[in-house]
Amino acid sequence: MKRIYVNEQWCLGCHLCEYECAYANSGIAGMVRALKGKAIHPRLRVEDAGDVHFAVNCRHCTDPVCIKSCISGALTKGKDGVVRIDRQKCVGCLTCVLVCPYGAVLSSPEGHAAMKCQLCTDNGRDMPNCVKYCPNGAIVYEEREAAR
Amino acid sequence: MKKYPYVILGCSVAAVAAIEGIRSEDREGRILVVGEEPCRAYGRPLISYYLLGETDLARMDYRPEEFYEEHGADLRLGVRAEAVDPKRKTVTFSDGEKIGYGKLLVATGSRPFDPPIEGIERVKERFSFMTKADALALEKVLSPEKRVLIVGAGLIGLKCFEGIAARVKSAAVVDLADRILPSVLDHTGAEMVQKALEARGAAFYLADAVAKFDGNTAYLKSGKELPFDLLVTAVGVRPNAELVKEAGGEVRRGIAADACGRTSLPDIYAAGDCAESFDAVSGENRVLALLPNANMQGCIAGINMAGGKAKFENAVAFNSIGFFGTHVMTAGVYEGEAYTEHTERSYKALFYKEGVLKGFILINLPERAGIYLKLLRERIPLSEVDFTALKTSPAWSAFPPAVRKRNFAAEV
Repeated sequence: MKRIYVNEQWCLGCHLCEYECAYANSGIAGMVRALKGKAIHPRLRVEDAGDVHFAVNCRHCTDPVCIKSCISGALTKGKDGVVRIDRQKCVGCLTCVLVCPYGAVLSSPEGHAAMKCQLCTDNGRDMPNCVKYCPNGAIVYEEREAAR
Repeated sequence: MKKYPYVILGCSVAAVAAIEGIRSEDREGRILVVGEEPCRAYGRPLISYYLLGETDLARMDYRPEEFYEEHGADLRLGVRAEAVDPKRKTVTFSDGEKIGYGKLLVATGSRPFDPPIEGIERVKERFSFMTKADALALEKVLSPEKRVLIVGAGLIGLKCFEGIAARVKSAAVVDLADRILPSVLDHTGAEMVQKALEARGAAFYLADAVAKFDGNTAYLKSGKELPFDLLVTAVGVRPNAELVKEAGGEVRRGIAADACGRTSLPDIYAAGDCAESFDAVSGENRVLALLPNANMQGCIAGINMAGGKAKFENAVAFNSIGFFGTHVMTAGVYEGEAYTEHTERSYKALFYKEGVLKGFILINLPERAGIYLKLLRERIPLSEVDFTALKTSPAWSAFPPAVRKRNFAAEV
């Protein structure tokens, strides 16, 4: 399946992907209207440590520990390989946040349910918005294999 | 006599995961799942959220109704397995039927321990808090004039309190330990959560115990008297290991099972709250009666039952749980040196020894906690990461570039 991969060496740490993510999932038309003056809650995050910058999204793991650990069966892996959360079933215990080795499942601001990257399959986009608008190709959306 | 290639005793999380494990190896062999409770698998920890009104019976199903048929699993619910014959490879059920198995998984869970307290059998309104049926029975008698006594300040007792607090007049909680959640929190953490619970009306009687009941009055060891209307006992669980024991299998604190889920009896596996796991942090065989552990163990057992090869080698104790918005994450054991951060609203304690992370407590600090759990489960030498940076903030920038590349520039 296509997943999001990081080309760390090309990331400047501009955080545009975080804005694009928050925008894509806001359900509001117009980026300024959606985000201006608001605290944003993107489903990915950029790490900055000195000269090192890179974006962290859900890896959509082959064997996702979040799904195994979910106490309500709210997390599932679709036939397309995308790990999704059913926010109606989720009770917000955050066990998925505790087990995700990437720190890629996040608690949401309203607290009731967790949130995560679903590769923009749930918001009407044709591809992950973070990748689409990354100016440097520091995150890409493609097929790759596991490292040997 | 009917015979199934796979028979699973118990229809909860370990059973569901075993079905998934079996199907990852064998698309054909029919599976029989026999559950004592008259319902499909549900998220057992959800019963307190049900009483809180944060979920409902339909949403509590662990898998959709069609899951079982889609995975070639026949369900027989409301039936109890009475005996296993490991020589003839049969199971006899409470309705008298005998069924043959190729491979058998015992995933019978655990049951609440009944504390042997004088007069307890004469308490009329007495409840456990383990099953959907327990929650529904308790719900029926909740009302704004009722006084509740909860014996046990562990995860189950306190989640029960959270579920019912707004629906009763008062709630007292008694525990033998000198702090709440003694199995998962240290004193600092326990005090913080205790305050949050007291703010919602919980009255704690710690380092104390019920000496005897006389009707609806509990007499404590300290001499205090507590009148109550409803009693909830939550003082621990016992594994349902008798079937294996009576069949001649090894049972220690739970059913002895190896990393593949095999018991000491041929073609019989065990998983979930009835079975022991090898705790990778403490280095001991323990019953890790935790939902994620049941899933992981069940899946591994299923894969091996179907002829695949898989081992469960990183079992650890961990918990993520909230009480009225105070969020608690814990893992491992609290040994060695400690790094702590304590504010009015949050608490972090990381415990490390012999160059690896051994345990942690995070109160109201859920952000990216999984990075700490990764260090713990994989026993990553702290010399291989920037632990100084990790102490204050869990991040992948503290891992070596090559490790980052393997994880973020390749499939995982």
